[in-house]
Amino acid sequence: MAIVGRIALAIALVVALYGIAAALYGAHRGRRDWVDSGRRSIYCLAAILTVAIAILEIAFIRNDFAYNTVANTSSTTTPLLYRVAAMWSSQEGSLLLWVWLLSIWASVATFITRNRLRDIVPYATSVLLGFGAFFSMLLVFFDSPFAQTHPAPVEGAGLDPLLRNPSMLIHPPMLYSGYTFFTIPFAFAVGALIVRRVDADWIRVTRRFALASWLFLGIGVILGARWAYYELGWGGYWGWDPVENAALMPWLISTAFLHSVMIQEKRGMLKIWNASLVLGASTLAIVGTFLVRSGVLNSIHAFGASTLGIPFVILIATMVGGSVYLVVSRREVLRSEHTLDSLLSREAAFLMNNIVLVGLCFVVFWGTFFPLISKAVTGTSASVGPPWFDRYTAPLALVLVLLAGIGPVIAWRRATLANARRNFAVPLAAAGLMAIAAFTVVPIGSSIGAVALFCAAVFVFASVAQEFWRGWRVRRATSSESPPVALVSMVRRNRRRYGGYIVHVGIAVLFIGVAASASFQHEQELNLRVGQSVRVGAFTMKYVRATGSVVNDPNHTGATMTLGAVVRVSRDGHYVTTLRPSAGYFPASPILPGQVVADLISGDAVDQIGLHSTWRRDLWASIKPLGTTIPTLGIPVPEAALVTTADKLIPPNLPSVDQLGLAYAKLLPAIVKHYVKYPPPASFTLIASPLVMWIWIGGLIVFLGGLTAIWPSPSALRSRVRARYLARVAQELGRA
Amino acid sequence: MTALLAALVVAVLLVFVMWVLSGPFRARGTGGEPADSDARRALESAKQAKYAEIRDNETDYGTGKLSDEDFRAVDRQLRAEAVEILRAIDELEPQISAPTD
Repeated sequence: MAIVGRIALAIALVVALYGIAAALYGAHRGRRDWVDSGRRSIYCLAAILTVAIAILEIAFIRNDFAYNTVANTSSTTTPLLYRVAAMWSSQEGSLLLWVWLLSIWASVATFITRNRLRDIVPYATSVLLGFGAFFSMLLVFFDSPFAQTHPAPVEGAGLDPLLRNPSMLIHPPMLYSGYTFFTIPFAFAVGALIVRRVDADWIRVTRRFALASWLFLGIGVILGARWAYYELGWGGYWGWDPVENAALMPWLISTAFLHSVMIQEKRGMLKIWNASLVLGASTLAIVGTFLVRSGVLNSIHAFGASTLGIPFVILIATMVGGSVYLVVSRREVLRSEHTLDSLLSREAAFLMNNIVLVGLCFVVFWGTFFPLISKAVTGTSASVGPPWFDRYTAPLALVLVLLAGIGPVIAWRRATLANARRNFAVPLAAAGLMAIAAFTVVPIGSSIGAVALFCAAVFVFASVAQEFWRGWRVRRATSSESPPVALVSMVRRNRRRYGGYIVHVGIAVLFIGVAASASFQHEQELNLRVGQSVRVGAFTMKYVRATGSVVNDPNHTGATMTLGAVVRVSRDGHYVTTLRPSAGYFPASPILPGQVVADLISGDAVDQIGLHSTWRRDLWASIKPLGTTIPTLGIPVPEAALVTTADKLIPPNLPSVDQLGLAYAKLLPAIVKHYVKYPPPASFTLIASPLVMWIWIGGLIVFLGGLTAIWPSPSALRSRVRARYLARVAQELGRA
Repeated sequence: MTALLAALVVAVLLVFVMWVLSGPFRARGTGGEPADSDARRALESAKQAKYAEIRDNETDYGTGKLSDEDFRAVDRQLRAEAVEILRAIDELEPQISAPTD
């Protein structure tokens, strides 16, 4: 069926090109039938790509190793769910997922707007199909997921052990959905600029897609952070990796857009700014996609150097050039209809929020691309590390959290000083109490930055609580609803406002976790022998004993050996918990005869961390049992004895896979047995970090707030249905 | 057998694509809403947005963010803008419901 996949992709490319031409011809000639045909091309594209993706997924499920993609990223021992997810672990599979998601969301958007924005839609259709054509072209000419090898290998390489995590099932599709959702506001913005119709109508139509993009990107980023924390074994959740940053940048810009677009909707202001944000966020989404695939920057996420860099550079240059041209050439129609009434208004707070968010994005962009910038200027590639990012992003994040508290309690258009004083009294008092508590009751005054952030977060909680309380009181006064019903109906009637407030609370909670864990974390990286202890903050962690196990692997691939430790944690002599960190060993590929032990040890090792997580703190441990040196003493780990013992069990040359498998069957238990009996000093990373769980809780609150805001209100649904009936009545009366 | 199945899938795919893409040409002159409905939808959308803004202003007032004077001034202005939108919708209605022949 690979040939069907190849033909399907070719048809997808042709359909996309046809759709572009049809939509543009229809717009030019005023022919609705051509425009509709162009729009239907998007539906066809979605259907064709669904067939293509189904063929590839079936190949993964059936272990059809004739497909290079399947052979390179899956194996018979890869569990079914990971086989399904293995598709997007490859570059070509991820490109197919990208364009498939694009075609699905674009189909939804063009279906919703099939009878609206008729002047804008043909151009929006062309832009969406332009993206579809670009990615289909990559899949047809550059990197086909249906490339095959004959005869097919009997076994595949298997999914990268680092990717064998449940997050693999959700994290990439979430990020790609975030990226692809934002192409819709981008396409409609381009259409609106082309036809010079820059009122708020296209924004109202596409706002939910921008919100969906923001939501999916946010979930993707949080899931990625959580994955890193649980899987990567370096003890952090955010390392300012280029690919992490690539997802963060469009998220920051779309956050700015979601705020400033309200000013355009209400006041007809900031049209140039909003157009620039939409175009910029979408371009950054493509930059993110490019970063993963071009190999221009080192990242743990990257697919490595590939041939896709040039096509992506051309696409990005076209997007940037086209965007700048459209905004500059339409600057007259983009002029604001009003001016800012007062600096003490929600508009002004949103403007400030936009400046901070764009500033944050600029810092992240500069830091991410610094290796390229420095190479272009000095000829040497230099990079900046997490401390550089932290230095500039921390103060901006503090201002952002503060603004999340200011926005809700300040009125649109104008607010008087007297009202402002009354509205800020409670939040400021709460923040003041927090500051006093920080320096007296809770001993956290050592970190001024963290205290400032805690105060800002408390300010947000108080201002949002005050808003809910006052809104609820008004609702109670104007209706006969019971208290809980009044609260629910208050939110239902204005999901966007209260959903936004919930998001603000989530962000504040998340930053509390970030500030606490960054400022008050205790970490020890050292080698321990069995029986040795170390103090990590207020805790004592003792290496009690070594552990090891062998996973039977009858098909001789992906065989794992797990070596680990039992670490007892106590505080002031009282038992707290037991941590069981370990490392899973996967052989290097290909295994070289005569170097089996070395290759086994030098292959991928996957950290399985030991974690005790509570709402107050996380106790975290990872271990590197082999192949390390003792940094403090400079003594190499005595693994030689282990290797010698194991090598006695296998023949010097291994001519076949079967013999290799038999060797493994003898070798792995021997290594494990020896390791457990005579454990060498192991390298540990031990961490006691406060409030980490609140990062994930904050993310969850942000998600719930986003869902609240994105959900259509019942009245909007009713009026939409009514509008459809009204249009039908008018149409049928017209025909009578 | 596989080749036959592959040919069949490709044929079905092609027929499907041709059928979907040619739909608007086959149904020419029979479908679609009048062009004015686009303008009417835009106005309806603007009306809903204006109503939401009026409600927002009332919420701001109810939650103590606006003085009486500011609330009345902004409310008056927003309602005037809403009236303009309603007037534009009314002006459009007769055009939509007018007989075509």
